[in-house]
Amino acid sequence: MEAVKTQDVSVNDLPWKIAYRHDLCTMCGSCVAACTFGAIEASMARRSIVVSRRSFPEPEQKHVARPVIRQRSTIPNACVGCGMCEKICPNGAIAPVRNPDGRFPLLARSSGPIKRGGRTNLNTQRTLDAIVVGRISQMTDPSLDSERHTFDIRSPFGRIMLAKDLPLKVEGDNLVQAERTPPVHWIYPAIFSDMSIGALSLRAWEAIALATAYLNEHCGMPVRMCSGEGGMPIKLLESEQLKYVILQIASGHFGWNRIIKAMPRMKADPGGVLIKIGQGAKPGDGGLLPAAKVAPHIQSIRGVPKATLASPPNHQGLYSIEESVQKMHLSLNAAFGFRVPVAIKCAASATSVSVYNNLLRDPYRICGGFFIDGIQGGTGAANEVSLDHTGHPVVSKLRDCYLAAVAQGLQGQIPLWAGGGIGMTGNAAADAFKMLCLGANGVIIGKIVIQLLGCIGNERGRCNACSTGKCPTGICTQDPRLLKRLDVDRGAQRLVDYMLAFDSEMRKLLAPVGNSSLPVGRSDALVATDKAVADKLGIQYAC
Amino acid sequence: MCRIGSIKSRTPMHPSVALRLMLPQQEGHDNSGFAMVMQDLAGAFGHYKHKPLLSLACTRKGLKLANAFMEERGFVQLAEWMPELKRRPGLRMATMPCYVYRNYDYPELYKEKPLQEREDLLLDTRLELRRLLEEGNNGYVYSFWPDVLTLKEIGDPLDIAECFRLWDDDGQLMARNIVTQCRQNTNYAIVRYAAHPFFIQGYTLCANGENTFYTKNTECQRSLHRGYIGFESDSQNFLYTLHYVLHELKWPIKYYKHVITPLPFIEADQRADRRELYLIRESLAHLEINGPNTVIGLLPEGQMFTCCDSKKLRPVVVGGDGNTVCITSEVCGLNEILPNRDPAADIYPNEREMVVIDNDMAVQRWKQ
Repeated sequence: MEAVKTQDVSVNDLPWKIAYRHDLCTMCGSCVAACTFGAIEASMARRSIVVSRRSFPEPEQKHVARPVIRQRSTIPNACVGCGMCEKICPNGAIAPVRNPDGRFPLLARSSGPIKRGGRTNLNTQRTLDAIVVGRISQMTDPSLDSERHTFDIRSPFGRIMLAKDLPLKVEGDNLVQAERTPPVHWIYPAIFSDMSIGALSLRAWEAIALATAYLNEHCGMPVRMCSGEGGMPIKLLESEQLKYVILQIASGHFGWNRIIKAMPRMKADPGGVLIKIGQGAKPGDGGLLPAAKVAPHIQSIRGVPKATLASPPNHQGLYSIEESVQKMHLSLNAAFGFRVPVAIKCAASATSVSVYNNLLRDPYRICGGFFIDGIQGGTGAANEVSLDHTGHPVVSKLRDCYLAAVAQGLQGQIPLWAGGGIGMTGNAAADAFKMLCLGANGVIIGKIVIQLLGCIGNERGRCNACSTGKCPTGICTQDPRLLKRLDVDRGAQRLVDYMLAFDSEMRKLLAPVGNSSLPVGRSDALVATDKAVADKLGIQYAC
Repeated sequence: MCRIGSIKSRTPMHPSVALRLMLPQQEGHDNSGFAMVMQDLAGAFGHYKHKPLLSLACTRKGLKLANAFMEERGFVQLAEWMPELKRRPGLRMATMPCYVYRNYDYPELYKEKPLQEREDLLLDTRLELRRLLEEGNNGYVYSFWPDVLTLKEIGDPLDIAECFRLWDDDGQLMARNIVTQCRQNTNYAIVRYAAHPFFIQGYTLCANGENTFYTKNTECQRSLHRGYIGFESDSQNFLYTLHYVLHELKWPIKYYKHVITPLPFIEADQRADRRELYLIRESLAHLEINGPNTVIGLLPEGQMFTCCDSKKLRPVVVGGDGNTVCITSEVCGLNEILPNRDPAADIYPNEREMVVIDNDMAVQRWKQ
């Protein structure tokens, strides 16, 4: 009996197996050329086939060497299931198939922890799908007409003051503002989340910027995008369109050298500043940009050599919330003349309410938004152990924060923006509406944005290769050949189309509950079909 | 849906006028109750206009508790009117054993105190008395304020009127301002406190329609003021917001409309006062209303006003004859009590309008 080398890695150990039909394959080579991971190769195989070489049938069995496409069975070249081979094959001869028997998690740690991008593939529960908009206007009050009525789909971004503290003085029958107040911008209740140039290709980032500007200038939707920690092109920094961009500063301060230098030439204030303390996908970790993605233009924007760029887990020099408020918030507010809202983004955590309470009680009243990012958020690169095993679901944490503010009579003072899994199933408007009813002022969406550009990653382990520099869709790579796969204009158009549908769907949700402005905190509009969810969120249970 | 109404007149009126205003509108309400607040009183209470008047419905035990409580707080009873009830069998109503209307003099300590402190004393006294009576289900205290009388009961308004002898105008129960409605207003439990009009510190309000922002209004109001309690009806929110904007923030009345139905952003952007409008909307976002509602309010100094939701989903009509002005849901009520007015001069306020009737019966209207 032949000895089997059982410890060798075989195709069946990998998370995806290639289903190959050699009878359909013409060996055109497109699939091999398209596979950025080197997961397949052209090879020769000895085949037993029946041939008939005469002018009349004379079948005979032969062993012949034939060219074939073969899956490579090495861990670095493991198929990620992206399906580019299937997409390009003219004959439908090849496709990846999920392998339930894979042993990848055991084998892939031979050179250290598994690193990847994407999102959690473990905690993918959909709390929001256990909630429905159940309080419908039926005779007690009229539903509205989503096509005919005017809807005010806007959310505040900036520090809001209590009415009793407003500097309003009575002059005759009028109230007149007597002093300055913190800047507040009313923007669309969905922000394109912070994905940097670096994590994204410049073309992908451009597509998002293009869609953002189009939505603002042609669709009347004041959508904001967040730059991510990685700076911005100088031309955009010095353009009017800067007002649509929320600049992010994170612990690595990447890109801020350029931003500060561009300030004297800025024609418009940025749409805001977002201080990133943490992100839901990898709480406690700083940003991570593997060297493979640090292309020359990334080095230029960030002012760094080609090396893996790891942002520290903490902002150096900040040891407490009070310090954060005094140092970062004040200095960033001052940098833009106190005209630009400065908000903060934290990973959802068991401690989120404490953070929010501290910010609410801050005597400077300087925090213009609390962004909570749940475990289902995305990332360009992280350790898998962080992605799958650290973090906190965002729905209940958002609710906890809102109710903590309610208990103090401070709801709405620091707008709550929630992200991490919003639109996971493609229904971002429904998710957003439910989050609003639970107390969010708006949502942040990221993964769905790049999925609209063409990303094929998902929560079931598909692709998630954002960290490798080999993104097969040209979105999360800096490889010039791969970038060409992304059509910037089509990507932007798809994003715009989606947001227009999002807006219509928001109206279709507002109309039956009889509201023309956003029902922030209107938890009575929701019912949960899961008792535990209902109890936790303080909404009605229905069955 | 409720029908609501209010009457303001130069000459004191009897509650029968309010009944005549509401009964023609009964197709629009369910005859489940009758309630009214009378202000600027004449008749039995005309001599004590500056002395707080307690409006109470209670059990006999409740009355004893209330007596002891008021005495202990140092209030001295000056006058009392207890309606002589006609309790015949078959009346479709739920009566309480005692209905008490009493004028008190302030405790000695408070006689020279500033107005604000006396106002707070009256509010706190009412709240404490309410808690005291609630403990053993011993009664309801509706208002405790100078020159204000409240009557509320569950049942058929015609039977309530008969029981309280409200058709018999003996000149005792008279007022220049009456706010009323004929439904024990709530889609939820039948509770006397849930019946309009609602009252706090001189502000009276009744409203109709579902308050779709009840939850967020309520969550906000609970921490705004100690007097914002109960919330048995989703329309109490409108009163508390009125009180907060006018009494606590001391803003001009037109800003009440801006708070409850802010202008759409697209319209606010065109305004010279957009900065102020934005600030108000931002800070009081949780007091916005967004359902179908009409509000009728009566202010401490006697001005009466009305405004409605931002889509005019609940209408109202205002009409008058120079001596009397009336605001009500349906014009048939107006025709009943003011048949000789000029109907062409009736006002049907639009969704952005506010109508205020001054004590000289001048009717002001302005757009938000």
